[in-house]
Amino acid sequence: MIAELGHFALVLALVLALVQSTVPFIGALRGDARLTAVAPYAATTQFLLIGLSFAALIHAYVVSDFSILNVVENSHSAKPLLYKITGTWGNHEGSMLLWVLILALFGALVAVFGTNLPDRLKALVLSVQAWIASAFLLFVLFTSNPFLRLGQPPFEGDDLNPVLQDIGLAIHPPLLYLGYVGCSISFAFAVAALIDGRIDAAWARWVRPWTLAAWMFLTLGIAMGSYWAYYELGWGGFWFWDPVENASLMPWLATTALLHSAIVMEKRDALKIWTILLAILAFSLSLIGTFLVRSGVLTSVHAFASDPTRGVFILVILCVFIGGALALFAFRAGALAPGGIFAPLSREGALVVNNIFLTAAAATVIVGTLYPLVLEAVTGDRISVGAPFYNLTFAPLVVPLLLLVPFGPMLSWKRGDIAAAAERLMIAFGAALLAGILAAFLSGGGPILALFGIALGAWLIAGALSEFAARIKLGAAPLAESLRRAAGLPRAAFGTTFAHAGVGVMVIGIVAATAWPTETILTMKPGDTVTVGSRTITLDGFLPRAGSNFRENAVRFTVREGGAPVAVMEPSKRQFTARAMETTEAAIKTFGLSQLYISLGDIGEDGATTVRIYWKPLVTLIWLGPIIMALGGLVSLSDRRLRIGAPRPARRVASVPAE
Amino acid sequence: MFVRSGLAQLAAILVVMLALGASAAHAVQPDEVLPDPALESRARTLSAELRCMVCQNQSIDDSDAPLARDLRLLLRERISAGDSDAQVIDFLVARYGDFILLRPPVAWNTALLWLAPPAVLVIGGFVALALFRRRRIEMPEPLSENEKNRLAEIVDRGGQ
Repeated sequence: MIAELGHFALVLALVLALVQSTVPFIGALRGDARLTAVAPYAATTQFLLIGLSFAALIHAYVVSDFSILNVVENSHSAKPLLYKITGTWGNHEGSMLLWVLILALFGALVAVFGTNLPDRLKALVLSVQAWIASAFLLFVLFTSNPFLRLGQPPFEGDDLNPVLQDIGLAIHPPLLYLGYVGCSISFAFAVAALIDGRIDAAWARWVRPWTLAAWMFLTLGIAMGSYWAYYELGWGGFWFWDPVENASLMPWLATTALLHSAIVMEKRDALKIWTILLAILAFSLSLIGTFLVRSGVLTSVHAFASDPTRGVFILVILCVFIGGALALFAFRAGALAPGGIFAPLSREGALVVNNIFLTAAAATVIVGTLYPLVLEAVTGDRISVGAPFYNLTFAPLVVPLLLLVPFGPMLSWKRGDIAAAAERLMIAFGAALLAGILAAFLSGGGPILALFGIALGAWLIAGALSEFAARIKLGAAPLAESLRRAAGLPRAAFGTTFAHAGVGVMVIGIVAATAWPTETILTMKPGDTVTVGSRTITLDGFLPRAGSNFRENAVRFTVREGGAPVAVMEPSKRQFTARAMETTEAAIKTFGLSQLYISLGDIGEDGATTVRIYWKPLVTLIWLGPIIMALGGLVSLSDRRLRIGAPRPARRVASVPAE
Repeated sequence: MFVRSGLAQLAAILVVMLALGASAAHAVQPDEVLPDPALESRARTLSAELRCMVCQNQSIDDSDAPLARDLRLLLRERISAGDSDAQVIDFLVARYGDFILLRPPVAWNTALLWLAPPAVLVIGGFVALALFRRRRIEMPEPLSENEKNRLAEIVDRGGQ
């Protein structure tokens, strides 16, 4: 009964989305306020209905309702409650329902918080948003219905893939979807602006907080997924250039570019057409990511061809929205008034350079991900595009960009002075040099590229701090004056500092963990001791244990430093009975910013175990960096929201009609 | 069995991993390691560039698939027999085709792949420069010395 309610709620949501797609749209075109007024109510109700539907599915999982096919295939009565709940989105149908739920959430947020938007723009944005919602609700209802009942329910379910029974993977998809789907708002704003034929700095101001929120969630989602892969897959890698990872990196790069170009548009009324295009591209890449992972095309082109229903459905959605938006862009972009002018050497110019590099980087990832698929489909030739390809192509695009990052905020708008900027970055340059030398000293000369990488990270951090110091005239003015200036700075300025410094922190983590890890692979028996760096690690013994839905063979290690025990680590191998699958649970111990990582190989009959011990220097910085970046986004967002909330600027700014 | 899905989005794991089953990868076994550290290091570097062909986008260095192990052993056999890195790669490509290379060779059918990244950068830079050049005319000239002095005069007078 509850499942049927969920199903009906979903159908109702579709009907409402269709209403929201048309009525406010017609209202906006005709200038009929009665029709446009429908949009906010439709958007919020649609969200409540999909929320109801999602709650119904969670309920089915919690009570282990095995009359529902989706629950049978992905749950088990003995599964811990937490994973029963998170298992709801641990499968295709459930995760698509989460996708539309988040889409509806963003629509409802625009409806509720967009009170200062002009009615016409708001109606158009919510209509466009509803077009996307309608398409995906149709997709869920016709190809991926999670509420299908079984005529003869089994007594027990098949359980969730054990790899997914993990808190990291429980949080990762919602975060990532918040990012993916968040891009739909800037897309809707862009399409609305194109339909409207008018765009101005106020548009950028309305779009920026949504883009910023989407970017934050993407950043956190990608970092979370990376950490999950690191600890769950058992060999300590953190980024693999897997198509699935690339699917999330592409929209991230585009959103990062969009954030920067939207700044130019908001502050200087320039780069309008490009910003619109980026907004369309960012969501297009999210859709392509959804297509890649949802259609099965990644497994193989043949698998896709053999059961193409879902893939083709998404492909059609993809073509209609991307193609439609780009066609609209081609048709209308010329009508948008060009904005302010600036010299190549200026803050705007620097942001243009940022955009060129980020776009090229995104293009590299797209081409690398899609090329093998297309080539095989067209010629039948099979090639592989893996990490070595990206190391050769992606890195050369990103390193120059990162070198230039500290210059950007130092340049003034319109016409900048590169010499003055360089002068103000002398301290940062010194800090970078010092960091490189220190790294050389500590690593005993280390690979030169790695030393350069450490210096680059330090350059980014010190550059971000220098910019902040320059803004508050630290050192140039009395301290009290500096503090007063710091207090008076807009939050967005703090955001920039955090975000850029976060990139530097991440760079240092990536470089250190890639260049100076140690790996010890050996066979150990109880009582054996191995020395790793300054520590000794002893295998104490085996601890067979049982969880609610698995049996586990844990191995206890004691880590000693100078003879004194500093940690006990218990990596294990888990057997999940329902699926007859085995997972490896690595044991990780953090020392400062570095980590000791132990994972188990095969456990032999005689008690001899293959053990892999990794020492990953500064590895935690890889994920701390993105957290700092996201924090910057949050700080900046708090600024935006305040400003957005202020009624005066919103009313004051009048749109400039197209010429 | 041996699908590595990296920073897997939930989705891919479902589509891909559920289909094939998944477990953590375990790569190099202690008994595979060559006694000569220099040769072993070469073997590790090479194996990071070679694809485990039954896995999804995973190198033979990372994979615990039996095929990956066979390839690792084969690779070490060739290296121990005195083959150069290029000879080992040629041998494997002759046997398994370009598919085994995680870094595809530069050839007519990969030209677009290799050219795309620099091309986008160059085209992007070119378009930006062209736009700057076109609009420079609209850019006001900076103030001349005379104008600056005159401006300073006016400001000073205004300030008093």
